[in-house]
Amino acid sequence: MKRRLSGDCEDSPSSCEGPAESCKRVRQPAEDSGDVLPDWARLPQEMLLHIFQYLPLLDRAFASQVCRGWNEAFHMPELWRCFEFELNQPASSYLKATHPDLIKQIIKRHSNHLQYVSFKVDSSTESAEAACDILSQLVNCSLKTLGLISTARPSFMELPKSHFISALTVVFVNSKSLSSLKIDDTPVDDPSLKVLVANNSDTLKLLKMSSCPHVSPAGILCVADQCHGLRELALNYHLLSDELLLALSSEKHVHLEHLRIDVVSENPGQQFHTIKKSSWDAMVRHSPKFNLVMYFFLYEDEFGPFFRDEIPVTHLYFGRSVSKEVLGRVGMNCPRLVELVVCANGLRPLDEELIRIAERCQHLSAIGLGECEVSCSAFVEFVKMCGRRLSQLSIMEEVLIPDHKYSLDEIHWEVSKHLGRVWFPDMMPTW
Amino acid sequence: ETRGGNTIESTVATMVVNSVHWFRKGLRLHDNPALQEALNGADTVRCVYILDPWFAGSANVGINRWRFLLESLEDLDTSLRKLNSRLFVVRGQPADVFPRLFKEWNVTRLTFEYDSEPYGKERDAAIIKMAQEYGVETLVRNTHTLYSPDRIIEMNNHSPPLTFKRFQAIVNRLELPRKPLPTITQEQMARCRTRILDNHDERYGVPSLEELGFKTFKGDSSHVWKGGETEALERLNKHLDRKAWVANFERPRINAQSLFASPTGLSPYLRFGCLSCRVFYYNLRDLYMKLRRHSSPPLSLFGQLLWREFFYTAATNNPNFDRMEGNPICVQIPWDHNPEALAKWAEGRTGFPWIDAIMTQLRQEGWIHHLARHAVACFLTRGDLWISWESGMKVFEELLLDADWSVNAGSWMWLSCSAFFQQFFHCYCPVGFGRRTDPSGDYIRRYIPKLKDYPNRYIYEPWNAPESVQKEANCIVGVDYPKPMINHAESSRLNIERMKQVYQQLSHYRGLSLLASVPTIQEEAEPPMSDDSYASSSTAGEARQSSIIILTGFTVQLSVFFALFLSVNQNVTTLPDLTKKSFTMPKKINA
Repeated sequence: MKRRLSGDCEDSPSSCEGPAESCKRVRQPAEDSGDVLPDWARLPQEMLLHIFQYLPLLDRAFASQVCRGWNEAFHMPELWRCFEFELNQPASSYLKATHPDLIKQIIKRHSNHLQYVSFKVDSSTESAEAACDILSQLVNCSLKTLGLISTARPSFMELPKSHFISALTVVFVNSKSLSSLKIDDTPVDDPSLKVLVANNSDTLKLLKMSSCPHVSPAGILCVADQCHGLRELALNYHLLSDELLLALSSEKHVHLEHLRIDVVSENPGQQFHTIKKSSWDAMVRHSPKFNLVMYFFLYEDEFGPFFRDEIPVTHLYFGRSVSKEVLGRVGMNCPRLVELVVCANGLRPLDEELIRIAERCQHLSAIGLGECEVSCSAFVEFVKMCGRRLSQLSIMEEVLIPDHKYSLDEIHWEVSKHLGRVWFPDMMPTW
Repeated sequence: ETRGGNTIESTVATMVVNSVHWFRKGLRLHDNPALQEALNGADTVRCVYILDPWFAGSANVGINRWRFLLESLEDLDTSLRKLNSRLFVVRGQPADVFPRLFKEWNVTRLTFEYDSEPYGKERDAAIIKMAQEYGVETLVRNTHTLYSPDRIIEMNNHSPPLTFKRFQAIVNRLELPRKPLPTITQEQMARCRTRILDNHDERYGVPSLEELGFKTFKGDSSHVWKGGETEALERLNKHLDRKAWVANFERPRINAQSLFASPTGLSPYLRFGCLSCRVFYYNLRDLYMKLRRHSSPPLSLFGQLLWREFFYTAATNNPNFDRMEGNPICVQIPWDHNPEALAKWAEGRTGFPWIDAIMTQLRQEGWIHHLARHAVACFLTRGDLWISWESGMKVFEELLLDADWSVNAGSWMWLSCSAFFQQFFHCYCPVGFGRRTDPSGDYIRRYIPKLKDYPNRYIYEPWNAPESVQKEANCIVGVDYPKPMINHAESSRLNIERMKQVYQQLSHYRGLSLLASVPTIQEEAEPPMSDDSYASSSTAGEARQSSIIILTGFTVQLSVFFALFLSVNQNVTTLPDLTKKSFTMPKKINA
């Protein structure tokens, strides 16, 4: 790209012209009339903006070196609404990081333009610290979205808690219109949540805070009580309480769309509290279409309190081994179930349990079975009962036990027939 | 096959045919068409293996692999002796060695088995070119795989199949693999007698492990996998003796016994080519048809062989197959860089007996069962440690007897959900999976003797045993045996989120479904038959495949960018060359 003489760019077009006029202005008649050549230097700012929005950052940066007009376009606020800070150290990550000088420039020139910001950090404490440093400087920002994402180990947890909290609070206090906040795996605590609520209760719609060990049920209850626009919430089971569900179902509250709960065992033999059926019923009455997503990471003998009563779960994931008995209870008590993923089970076939799930979970459309055992006939029966509503059927080939009715080679035809599409089990290399 | 040209001069001058057969893999005398070509009408034949002892020390090859190779070479030498010939082990690198040999032995014909791997193809192209310059005719035969990888690629719209089912569908439409040739005979060899010098052993003998720089101990001869064609063929016979298995062909369900090295195991022999894959194929096929009265065997009977073919085919045109960066089929995952954790895994010090026992068996013997491989691969990558599959691949390359470039890299990508397979929800628990596979715990006791006195209840998770039990077993966790290096529940929780993040970005799926966040490779099971269906279905297939095929990290240095960013009013007369540096593609801007 040739550099133009600065003279051509002095009179940069104003941004309130309509496109038609701008086009006319851009065109310069060439010597032979009839041929009109566009003058790139005169491309109006709003067009430049539009084009720049398609370019990755680096290409835009190169474009900005062409002339002053394009350089001004590069610094237009609209282009700095979203930014993802990638903070990686060579010792702990293979990925490159956002350049520190670039970060400085953004803070200096564009911090008040930033609205949708995320931080991706690797497993080193330095990266988490760098993220906090940046956060503390976002004083002029009115963020709408903030995401703190650990791409490997949760390095925010390694920071001194106060350091993290004070950085985060800067954003809470200054933004005042936060709508989406992702702070999973961070040392956020009750007082900082209070600050969040005090400043952003009208606007907060999404809050993801799975595995935040310093938050208590009271802390999250405060959020639910004040932030009536909350539509999506993700947290750990220990924060869930009947009061929380009732608060989310109160009249003042909007319909909840997604509730994600992680049930994680800290120590073997951990006891979990129960949630009353009436609280779940209140949720369903208030938000009939809401999705309840539950991820279980428990030992087999810790499932005592779960699935004893009807529960409106829609997406269920068992990350460790889950017993036949519990899967039986799932069949009985989860009428709204849409997706079921089982990582592992014991060595006894899950035939009856699967059939029961097909019978009673009429909305089931996705199922994934890892290290389990299912006889081929029961599996075919299951698929037949579910029929075409099963849009995802993922099962390892090792799971299926051939029996007198079907061999492995035959089963995929039967299943494909009932599903209405070609289907094969998943495979692993066996060499 | 390729032929180098003879110059007219050399054809007139030397009517004599002096052949050299170059062994690389294919370390056998049976089913060796290239070797047969060397013998065909030749006056002399010399069988060479080229080895660089200096290179041995620095190569990522462990002692078991070297031993296996040396034993295979010894076996070849012994077999050749019976035919009044010898094996010539030439020290050096092919590019240096061949010119010398061409001159010294007046070579007119060079033969070798085709190597489909990208590095192999490059090396061989250079050698063929050089041979041409020396007036040496080159003949290459494809016998390391059942089928020609190029043929399969051609039949799949010029790209390698990315699902095993698709691969099987194509193989089904191919003719049967070429029948294996019999072994070299006395008569064949007699016609091309080569004079063996007195100092042959000194100059061209098979090196010892010591010569390659390994320390061995006296009495260290009891090892599990003995290299060589003789051993391979004996094992094949024993393998076929398990007639019942072949006849019923039930999917062999893993039991505790499967974890131990089997006297009929064949994978290392296939890898080094001590056993011809076609011989194996036809033996299995013939036996099946005999026992089942001529019904055609299902493809699943050849599972082991076909997986091998699958990976060779996938890799043949992809020089970046063994890495994440620049590999068009590999998902770019933000793996952690953690050498300390990697070392613990590689050395069997994770604190999880199941993982440690497997890695110990691998290091001691050079082979582990495929489910054991799944367990440790999952643990290293997407299951627990979140370390790059490339690191695991390198450890296997060093230690595993049957790990060659294509199969090893391909399997690691598969197991880490980086390519071919994306059902990342399926995670192997380092405690539960082991316990279900071998409830008796005998496998653990054999490879981690320190834990032998632990009761079955705790042997897979010794850290949960009460102090009294640990004391009685004479093995305190944290002192005699390491504490578990991570909390599995915690790690798997984090990792499933990471994988979900990665995959949701790929598919642009933003919903809740764990399964739906994985774009399934919708290759049709049957490749298109006619031109019409080709047009319509292939674009759909390609479109979906390309949505899975990830942005490779093409990279440009950010400091370059930054310099531009700063220099608002400065003259920038030239833009830097972007092809060589690194940046990460930033996210698209949402207005």
